[in-house]
Amino acid sequence: MSETTSSLTVHGRAASATGLDSAKLGMWLFLATEVMLFSAMIAGFLDMRGRSPADANHVLNIPVTAVNTFVLICSSLTVALSVASIEQGNQKRLRTFLLLTLLFGGTFLSVQVFEYTKLIGSGELTPWNSLFGAGFFAVTGLHGFHVFIGLIWCALTILWASQGKFSAQNFMRVEVFGLYWHFVDVVWIILFVLIYLM
Amino acid sequence: MTADTVVGTGLVRHGGRKFSDYLVFNTDHKVIGIQYLVLAFTFFIIGGLLAELIRAQLAVPNNQLVTGSQYNLVLTLHGTIMIFLWIIPAFVGAANYVVPLMLGANDMAFPRLNAVSFWLLVPGGLLMLASFAVGGAESGWTAYPPLSVTTPVGQTLWALALQFIGFSSIFGAINFLVTVFNLRAPGMSLTRMPLLAWAIVATSLIIMLGTPVLSGALLLLILQRLLGAQFFTPGGGGNPLLWQNLFWFYSHPAVYIMILPGFGIISEVLPVFARKPIFGYKLIAFSSMAIAVFGFLVWAHHMFTSGMDPFLRVPFMVTSMIIAVPTGVKIFSWLATIWAGKLRFTTSMMFALAFISMFVIGGLSGIFLASVPIDIHVQDTYFVVAHLHYVLFGGSVMALFAGLYLWYPKLTGRMLDERLGHLHFWLTFMGFNLTFFPQHIAGLQGMPRRVYTYPPEFWALNLISSIGAFLMAIAVLPFLYNALRSLAVGKVAGPNPWRAFGLEWTLSSPPPVHNFPTPPVVEGDPYGYGERPVPGTRVVPAPGVAGGGE
Repeated sequence: MSETTSSLTVHGRAASATGLDSAKLGMWLFLATEVMLFSAMIAGFLDMRGRSPADANHVLNIPVTAVNTFVLICSSLTVALSVASIEQGNQKRLRTFLLLTLLFGGTFLSVQVFEYTKLIGSGELTPWNSLFGAGFFAVTGLHGFHVFIGLIWCALTILWASQGKFSAQNFMRVEVFGLYWHFVDVVWIILFVLIYLM
Repeated sequence: MTADTVVGTGLVRHGGRKFSDYLVFNTDHKVIGIQYLVLAFTFFIIGGLLAELIRAQLAVPNNQLVTGSQYNLVLTLHGTIMIFLWIIPAFVGAANYVVPLMLGANDMAFPRLNAVSFWLLVPGGLLMLASFAVGGAESGWTAYPPLSVTTPVGQTLWALALQFIGFSSIFGAINFLVTVFNLRAPGMSLTRMPLLAWAIVATSLIIMLGTPVLSGALLLLILQRLLGAQFFTPGGGGNPLLWQNLFWFYSHPAVYIMILPGFGIISEVLPVFARKPIFGYKLIAFSSMAIAVFGFLVWAHHMFTSGMDPFLRVPFMVTSMIIAVPTGVKIFSWLATIWAGKLRFTTSMMFALAFISMFVIGGLSGIFLASVPIDIHVQDTYFVVAHLHYVLFGGSVMALFAGLYLWYPKLTGRMLDERLGHLHFWLTFMGFNLTFFPQHIAGLQGMPRRVYTYPPEFWALNLISSIGAFLMAIAVLPFLYNALRSLAVGKVAGPNPWRAFGLEWTLSSPPPVHNFPTPPVVEGDPYGYGERPVPGTRVVPAPGVAGGGE
């Protein structure tokens, strides 16, 4: 694969009638589909929330999730720093910040799994005992699945980074991964407000 | 580039040089296009046989050929297969083959993602067939709860199948949009693109914004069925209208996913066989975009009798009727295109002309149905069945055949037999009208859809329908025979048998693996019939282009 500035060449012909990078444009379009997916889920959740008792979310542990939200926001910072590092050609900082992203993301997901285990184990909130519970697990579960995919993607990016596949002229894959990761974080902030705080 | 170096052997290949290249993960858009078309046509046959079973059951009143439960299964699978595994993938297949060629591109923007999109359809199709084998998907293609959450396990497989097909659609749409925006040849500005490319842009935007909502709804449906969550059942506090809102937010725009590519194909066929430039290029292009936008504002017109807020019916009625304006703009543009043209009544042209007239009938009954008082009267009757088949068969399928007859020579290098083509056309056209026109009347008289039998007073109308359906089945035979036979013995087509404009006709038939050896340069509008010579027929072909026309 003779990638120069991006994965943009098709059959060796550098082609972009708009001047936009195809990979980045494709990622933005993909994120638009994700916005629609989460919009549908959030609309559904709000409908369920409106049909549930006003205090249905009192069983949720807000302090723990607030800290967890902070951890996820930190991972957005580290992924931004990893892109900035490779932009300057700094391979070591790229790997460090990607590893930190993996660590923060992994922490977030672990805390979420812990929260699920506790809620379902104690029977306080399950997908089948209340409509709020059903909506809670469907929406946060879908988000957790996106974090999980992001972690795999992050691990792959670290692997490519350690193989030296990126340089100051060629880091589109890091940038595209970063777009996805930021999106997953932004969605979480919205979900945290709507589900835990409202 | 990986795609270029992997050729010939293995399970990952690029280019269609031999038969086995069509059976593997192939990253050539032309191979993928044919894979889509063959898969879709196979499902057209399966869905068609299910339709024949429906018409056999309904040929006489109080028939006991199938039970009510089996009948529900058959009509569910018929609807789902025809929409998700025939019309949508067949259009995707045709567009996959010709749109990159029309744009002067050497492939799609993401060749591997393109192959992934196709191969996602295979588990989707298999799960759909498995759901039929297991039984249980009895909810109709709309899958309204509570029925769809209480039916047996086949309904879960059905929902999983749609998830796979949905992902295939979403990845395909992203690929098409990036391809059209980024891979246009030098000189091909947006307003010099063939109208099929515009139609694909509008379709892809709808898929991008609509299909994820269906994915979300199906996820909730699957969770309810597997985990016992009560999203959609009032007994557990849930809301059955939530499903209907999410489902129709996708599925009404989805009808434009199924017709806009057809509009694009008709805009390609008419100028070729009328030897005139398309009338109202920009109007046709922008009306596609208008339909894509307005299509998202009309979904609740499917729910007028579902217990929605009565006041909200009025705005949804108005937005639904507004869609008729951009659609009418297209119809009149096409009529003006063929007006005073030198018409050649090829099979492709016959299907295109049938498309216009049949789609107008379906469009008019659509305006009837958008009107609240009429809809309340005919909701869930055969009037709706007649309407949707006039737009989906009279519209989409006629357009697909118009396109297949136009591009078959490009795909295969051989001409189809025109006499067999006309036989196919006339049998289809007569069978179609015999089948579906009487259903308007049965519906107005109150015959409900999705019921496995009916009182004797509807017998005559139903018998006519069933005879028509039988004719439609017969009509497929000359097409199949023609398509297979012409592969071997059809007249050699040459690069441009129709003397058509469009970059795809400047290449050999079928085109070389990597399409354009040198990037073509586009200098004029795509429909210059009668205004300038057709490239490849009267002027020296561009360097590297094989053959020289008729």
